[in-house]
Amino acid sequence: MIGVTVAVTAQVTLRGVTKVFPAAANVNPVHALGPIDLEIRKGEFFAVVGPSGCGKSTLLELIAGLTAPTAGEIEFEGHAIGDNVPEGVGVVFQEDACFTWLNVIENVEFGLRRTTIDKAEKARRAAAVIEMMGLRDFARSYPAQLSGGMRQRVCIARTIVAQPRLILLDEPFGALDQQTRLLMGDEILRLWRQTGATVFLITHALDEAVMLADRIVVMSARPGKTIDLVETGWPRERDSRIVERENFGALTSRLWKTLREESLKTMGRAG
Amino acid sequence: MSRLRLYQITVVAGFILLLEALCLSGVIDKITMPAPHIILRDLFLMLLAGRYFDEIGKSLVNVLVAFASAYLVGVIIGTILHGHKTTREILDPLFATYYAIPVFAFYPLFIVMFGLGDGPQVLIGFMLAVVAVIMTTLNGLDRVSPVLKKTARVSGLNALQTARHITLPFCAPYLLTAAKLALAYAFIGVIGSEFIMARSGMGYEISYAYTNFDNATMYPLILLILLLSIAANSLLSRWERMLLVRRGQA
Repeated sequence: MIGVTVAVTAQVTLRGVTKVFPAAANVNPVHALGPIDLEIRKGEFFAVVGPSGCGKSTLLELIAGLTAPTAGEIEFEGHAIGDNVPEGVGVVFQEDACFTWLNVIENVEFGLRRTTIDKAEKARRAAAVIEMMGLRDFARSYPAQLSGGMRQRVCIARTIVAQPRLILLDEPFGALDQQTRLLMGDEILRLWRQTGATVFLITHALDEAVMLADRIVVMSARPGKTIDLVETGWPRERDSRIVERENFGALTSRLWKTLREESLKTMGRAG
Repeated sequence: MSRLRLYQITVVAGFILLLEALCLSGVIDKITMPAPHIILRDLFLMLLAGRYFDEIGKSLVNVLVAFASAYLVGVIIGTILHGHKTTREILDPLFATYYAIPVFAFYPLFIVMFGLGDGPQVLIGFMLAVVAVIMTTLNGLDRVSPVLKKTARVSGLNALQTARHITLPFCAPYLLTAAKLALAYAFIGVIGSEFIMARSGMGYEISYAYTNFDNATMYPLILLILLLSIAANSLLSRWERMLLVRRGQA
């Protein structure tokens, strides 16, 4: 059922959000997204899936305040988001965003730039997050000495050290191998429970969305709109073994059925 | 790694020993070139006696002025051009063909314009160096990935903070490469122009000694320039390498 409003506080609200990229030389304007209405509840794990090019990443950038909507409005905790990144929002991107010139500790402490806490407290919090992400033995290493999965952990650590109330993840495991993805999924679930933050995950992997999220929205081909909203109904205490559940397959199939039709539309248009 | 270093030293040492052998055996006669150990001795004596200190100092100051001004101007122009795509595209053919232009061909013109003093010499050093700095700066700035820029915004950095905390540290190895190139070009420009038309400086003294068959002056001065240039260059290279190793790019 789409658009059922439950009496839970919405942390992020999107109303009629549309994004059109203006025409450039020899390029027609691109209607990338919308109109989209969406409510993300405080503390939930929310996932977005959709065919490639449907504007998933644009949606994330809109919520992050990295780009402004063409029409409609976005609110974070009751305040409109302009084109500035609101305080309390953390973003982890798919690409490696480690600072190669800083070691792991310095990378993580960079995440505390906006806070006003003193140096000792910064060091303590960075150390705690490094420990939590299993990076303790690499605290003095430089990103170049770490594997892809480790580097992504550094980026996640740099984001969560600031204790954001909303964490936006833009296909953060996209560049990792399947095994590492599953393990990182477990880590993200653990972090989500420990921090109590809301997690907004963009992914193209349906099983990943079903495994991790409380609610999953399916987006249509461009211009991206929400066409389905699935509640998984998982308990809060869960990990990657949730894939063994009976209805895991049913949920994944439902997403795939919707998404397949959409993907075929895109391909048909391209061909 | 240390084996590689050993080979590198062996090649240089072998070359010097070969020269030494060729000179001592008379294959290369004394009037053409004294043996390397004699050049080294002459240089030592020359420095000990304090001869040519003024000339050496004057050349080095000019090299330094050419280097510093080219570096500063080059980095600034490079940064500005990075933000002005159209201007950059207009200037692209100029940069692409720049090092095909023999700057020295304009030396007489510079003398007419600026006289016989240090001006034209510094200007040639500057002109040779500045475009290399501009191009290396642009190259570094081009490589700052979109995700780093987004990270800067997500971290709440303003333009100045982004430059200080993201762009500058990211570009540091490129800025060192630019410094290396600028210094080498400044040396070539200044010493070269002293050689052709000047009344003082190391290049002038070398050319003067050459016309007077004064090998005891000419070769030590050449060796001194060689040593100074290599020393400055390897110092910067070492620094550059340190940064690149840390980033896994070496």
